[in-house]
Amino acid sequence: MGRHRLAVLDGHWRRLVGELMRRFLLIAIPYIWLLALFLVPFVIVLKISLSDAAIARPPYFPQFDWAEGIRAFIAELDFENFLWLVEDDLYWKAYLSSLRIALTSTALTLIVGYPIAYGMARAPEEWRPTLMMLVILPFWTSFLIRVYAWKGILSNEGFLNQFLLWSGLASEPLQILNTTTAVYIGIVYTYLPFMILPIYAALERMDDSLIEAAEDLGCSRLSAFWLVTIPLSKGGIIAGCFLVFIPAMGEFVIPSLLGGSDTLMIGKVLWEEFFSNRDWPVASAVAVILLLILVVPIVLFQRNQQKEQESEE
Amino acid sequence: MAEKPLIQFRNVTKRFGDFTAIDNLTIDIFEREFFALLGPSGCGKTTMMRMLAGFETPTEGEIFLAGQDIVPVPPNQRAVNMMFQSYALFPHLSVWENIAFGLKREGMPKPEINARVEEMLRLTRLEKFARRRPHQISGGQRQRVALARSLAKAPKLLLLDEPLGALDRKLREETQFELMDIQEKTGTTFVIVTHDQEEAMTVASRVAVMDNGQVMQVATPADIYEAPNSVYVADFIGDVNLIEGKVSATGDGTFALHWRDGAEPLRVKSPTGFAEGQTAHLAIRPEKVTISAERPAEAANAVQGKVLDIAYLGNLSTYHVELPTGDIIKAQTANTRRISRRDYTWEDTVWLSWTATGGVLLAN
Repeated sequence: MGRHRLAVLDGHWRRLVGELMRRFLLIAIPYIWLLALFLVPFVIVLKISLSDAAIARPPYFPQFDWAEGIRAFIAELDFENFLWLVEDDLYWKAYLSSLRIALTSTALTLIVGYPIAYGMARAPEEWRPTLMMLVILPFWTSFLIRVYAWKGILSNEGFLNQFLLWSGLASEPLQILNTTTAVYIGIVYTYLPFMILPIYAALERMDDSLIEAAEDLGCSRLSAFWLVTIPLSKGGIIAGCFLVFIPAMGEFVIPSLLGGSDTLMIGKVLWEEFFSNRDWPVASAVAVILLLILVVPIVLFQRNQQKEQESEE
Repeated sequence: MAEKPLIQFRNVTKRFGDFTAIDNLTIDIFEREFFALLGPSGCGKTTMMRMLAGFETPTEGEIFLAGQDIVPVPPNQRAVNMMFQSYALFPHLSVWENIAFGLKREGMPKPEINARVEEMLRLTRLEKFARRRPHQISGGQRQRVALARSLAKAPKLLLLDEPLGALDRKLREETQFELMDIQEKTGTTFVIVTHDQEEAMTVASRVAVMDNGQVMQVATPADIYEAPNSVYVADFIGDVNLIEGKVSATGDGTFALHWRDGAEPLRVKSPTGFAEGQTAHLAIRPEKVTISAERPAEAANAVQGKVLDIAYLGNLSTYHVELPTGDIIKAQTANTRRISRRDYTWEDTVWLSWTATGGVLLAN
């Protein structure tokens, strides 16, 4: 009898251990992924940002040396580069300018994207997959090539100016390329699908009878839109805005290809520090600060997603 | 019932492309009525309701609400509210805010809104759930929120689109009585759309039976059941035996229905006249047919047959009796005795009988 019970207990125990192992593995995979592809590189960048620039390969000092030990190594690190970022006004101006450009272009993308998403969600059901396909289609071509193509459209001899001159809307070519306007156009164009898709997803699952109910209870078309459609697509709007704002903040390709010299963005500064100045420690410091700035919207975005999921249950 | 019709449909036709949803329909609905639109899906009942709410405009004809032509009036300016089949509760608002939604649009002062919402919550017994969101309450509670929201503005007319369709049977029955109670308390005119005949019969004071965009009959539930005006209505509502034959008058409002060569003609009393030799149907409800072992002496009509099937429904049993002619006639009896003491069983030869007034004679 006692033996039997022991065997049963043993069975339970094994099952419990098995279950725990299984759970651990399940959780471990994403965490290992994060550790290897995010945390380790970040620690390396952080370490470089605390080092000094050197004419060497790699171009910074100190290198970790087992013989000297960890204490001596840490003693060599300092916050000099971060102080430099505060002292030279180029950097904080670039951060502010990036912030402004990212915020403005997020708003512009929302203004352009919402009506498109709304139109898609209202379109006859058999059209929707095609419309969705059209939104995703640009991803089939390299992002870099598409931004280059905009140079051809926006330049003084480009298609847009040719059209304006031909149609008589402008008497001389407009200077669009190499201005901030071109950067806005580039960002809105590139990130539009990221705005459209989450808003479309929110609008598409909305019950049409809610709008009818609002009208039935005394709303005009417009107030039904404000009081029902907008609040119910809020989750999609927030998700879309973050999906545009976060990458736009650190955007480097668009300002360097379309923005010319008068567009100051932190992504471009970062690139120049790394590759033109070969000042890896300062560049790393710029990257660390950029990441810290972006942590706030990323956390807010995650919260929004979580809330959305909860409200669906 | 008040004399003045609250709603008048005047020769209303509604077409969607080639499809005619409503075909030249004229109907009056009176104040304080509980009016049911009953019919199979696709009969046009929902289209009628949506025209009353203002979501559809008739292709032809006029609709009057309290004497005013409402066809050009948009839905948000009609003194009509609707309870949607899906309830259409706003998921981002609490129960309280859902009910207050329409009142706020009217620009009602805050204290009055509070009082009105509280009143509605009390009426629908939802006081405890005021702060909850729609997804945090049960199906039955959601149904009551939808009702409270549509009643909050005290509409002249409340439209209910399959209001109980999503509820399970027990809850549905309870809610039917609640609806009648609320209708009586508030004195609002209710128009309910349903495909469930039991529901229509239970709640409504008058029922319109619809088919193919036309109203077949408008009458009280009892009249619809006992005195249908057409074979369609007789067949749609409840269970019925339909016997086709040729009519000959035998005087005194009584007719003989010659239904099979060689069979004794059936005797029926009918208030409407029939031409000699006209084809007609006798519609008789199974519960009006008496089943017995011996031929009853006094019966106006009696036929002999064999028990083919017995459908046991608990409180009732329906006997399917096959006549020598091959016709099957259903007879229903209340199971006042336990099943083991049942008098008839399969293959038994029995007599079916009914009176001359038990059924109705219908021309079509």
